[in-house]
Amino acid sequence: MSRTLLTYAEIRHHQLRQVSFEAVSAAAHIVQDQDQIVTCLFYGSAEDPAEVERYAKELFAHGTKRLYTIAHTDLETYHAEAYFQAFHHVVTTVQPHVILLGHTALGRDLGPRLASAFQAGQLSDVTDIQQQGEHIICTRPLYAGKAVEKRTIQGSPTRPAIITIRPNNIPLQPVQDTTPSRDVVALPYTPPTLRSIVREVVRKTSGKLDLSEAKIIVSGGRGVKSAEGFQPLEELASVLQGAVGASRGACDAGYCDYGLQIGQTGKVVTPEIYIACGISGAIQHLAGMSSSRVIIAINKDPEAPIFKIADYGIVGDLFEVVPLLTAAFRDLLQKQQA
Amino acid sequence: MDIWVLLKQTFDTEEKITLVNGNIDDTGVKYIVNPYDEYAVEEAIRIVERQGGKVTVLSIGPEKTGEALRTALAMGADEAVLITDDRIPQDEWAIVHVLTAYLTGHKPDLILGGNFSVDHGAGQVAIRLAHQLDIPHVGSITKLDITADGKAVVQRDAEGDIEIIETAIPALFTAQQGLNEPRYPTLPGIMKAKKKPFRQLTLDDIPSFSWDDFAARTSRLELSLPPARQAGILLKGDMHEQALDLVRRLHEDAKVI
Ligand SMILES: Cc1cc2nc3c(=O)[nH]c(=O)nc-3n(C[C@H](O)[C@H](O)[C@H](O)COP(=O)(O)OP(=O)(O)OC[C@H]3O[C@@H](n4cnc5c(N)ncnc54)[C@H](O)[C@@H]3O)c2cc1C
Repeated sequence: MSRTLLTYAEIRHHQLRQVSFEAVSAAAHIVQDQDQIVTCLFYGSAEDPAEVERYAKELFAHGTKRLYTIAHTDLETYHAEAYFQAFHHVVTTVQPHVILLGHTALGRDLGPRLASAFQAGQLSDVTDIQQQGEHIICTRPLYAGKAVEKRTIQGSPTRPAIITIRPNNIPLQPVQDTTPSRDVVALPYTPPTLRSIVREVVRKTSGKLDLSEAKIIVSGGRGVKSAEGFQPLEELASVLQGAVGASRGACDAGYCDYGLQIGQTGKVVTPEIYIACGISGAIQHLAGMSSSRVIIAINKDPEAPIFKIADYGIVGDLFEVVPLLTAAFRDLLQKQQA
Repeated sequence: MDIWVLLKQTFDTEEKITLVNGNIDDTGVKYIVNPYDEYAVEEAIRIVERQGGKVTVLSIGPEKTGEALRTALAMGADEAVLITDDRIPQDEWAIVHVLTAYLTGHKPDLILGGNFSVDHGAGQVAIRLAHQLDIPHVGSITKLDITADGKAVVQRDAEGDIEIIETAIPALFTAQQGLNEPRYPTLPGIMKAKKKPFRQLTLDDIPSFSWDDFAARTSRLELSLPPARQAGILLKGDMHEQALDLVRRLHEDAKVI
């Protein structure tokens, strides 16, 4: 039996998000014999054909065999009903056994509606995926990572298994097949009667890396003391091409937006390097960042619980330490480039 | 306005997780209203305070969930419904199957829920329900206004960007942090809650419920704890030396830079 594994490619600021490639890799993890990995991509009029051509190339290079595209002004920015309509059409056309999306703002919103429409199961926020016989087995965190479960799901062409994957967790697969396939299929779109309209999108993140996809995160807590206090952290993050995050303490105090909050009631992140500055290490915060590869803590209190889980700790004033780190990293990176 | 709030009881976020015989140990655990659902309850109460109506809180869960529903009643919700039945599997499809059956025949103007629950964290139930009831939804909202002409204008948090969305009612919304500051139940509120309508049902009490196609779509194979993290190295020396030492270790030992 050959199956079709369908992934969704998400565009952000005229780039494919990294998680779009991770979704293709997740499909490659479970691919068997004659299975086909295909991808779908939606866009509005803001994307020019050359850009779409580039997306297609990148996706093919990661293992997609065919790309389905739908272009329509309704799809300019994410709209729950319009995107559902488009995706529903792809699914009925392609009849995939499995659908893989990123567990992003888009995937979280679209996945459950699709799952319901096809009376299907869904596993959300998946960090690992395997095929065992008929079953797909997914690993996912519970209690924001305080525990981990493995769940099984089965898919069929009329009832696809829907899986949203957590960014930064599924390793990219080396691509075996080097003959570039160039199969791009444009599908039609029938505009539904929309019951809602997106009046405006206030972009606060233009150009910035999303926290969930950042390889390096510099995070500030109440110890940062003010909105301006985040400045040295921004500088360090910028040298490292990382993103800035925060504890709830910092968000509650109004030093930064809730969008930056990391923890059990914020984002769960798994970067390569997590630098906690002026964060005490409350259990809710730890839930959101404990799976980072290397954790660094900077805190002036040697008793702060964050040191119990940090790989490297510096006891000191963050306003002194962070600029020194920025300079030291800059030196190293410059040497590496030379 | 007839407003329904979907509510789940969860472990307090302070709780550590331990396992006994492969299951999560709940002895002595403190329970709370899922923090995101608390925003939903608060928002529902505020709407009713402004323009009248009724707030009903609805939950599927064990008997104990009654405590969480009573907290919502004490905050100011008007009625509570608890569906308790061991035959309901832990699977979002199945849970929504039950909620849909229960809400058939009711005509909610608004349904509010949390963005996700802090235990299982899937964030599926509310959005699936919107689909089953054929109403629009907006997930992860940080502001909700009902306009004079009977529409809802909401702000949705989309990974830091803010989308301003206008939608017809009836509709379903899920609450994100920042929507409001939930009130604490007051003593008179707690006293009043005791007299408010509280219905507890099983599947047998839901006329529209059908066993057809009720089967769980996913099931748990295994539960485990993540590997514990060990405390690492506290660096020494003056701050300048420590900074250089850290960068060197990241480069040479951890090889992450
Ligand atoms: C339901 C619920 C959900 C929650 N969810 C989350 C969540 O998702 N994420 C989250 O983060 N929290 C969450 N919390 C809050 C959590 O319990 C803590 O209150 C919060 O994480 C504390 O933030 P903080 O570490 O920044 O502040 P504090 O605990 O006040 O710590 C500040 C730290 O900064 C240090 N410091 C001060 N000045 C300096 C300086 N100049 N240099 C170096 N160090 C300095 C201090 O020594 C201290 O350790 C939640 C709480 C509840 C009740």
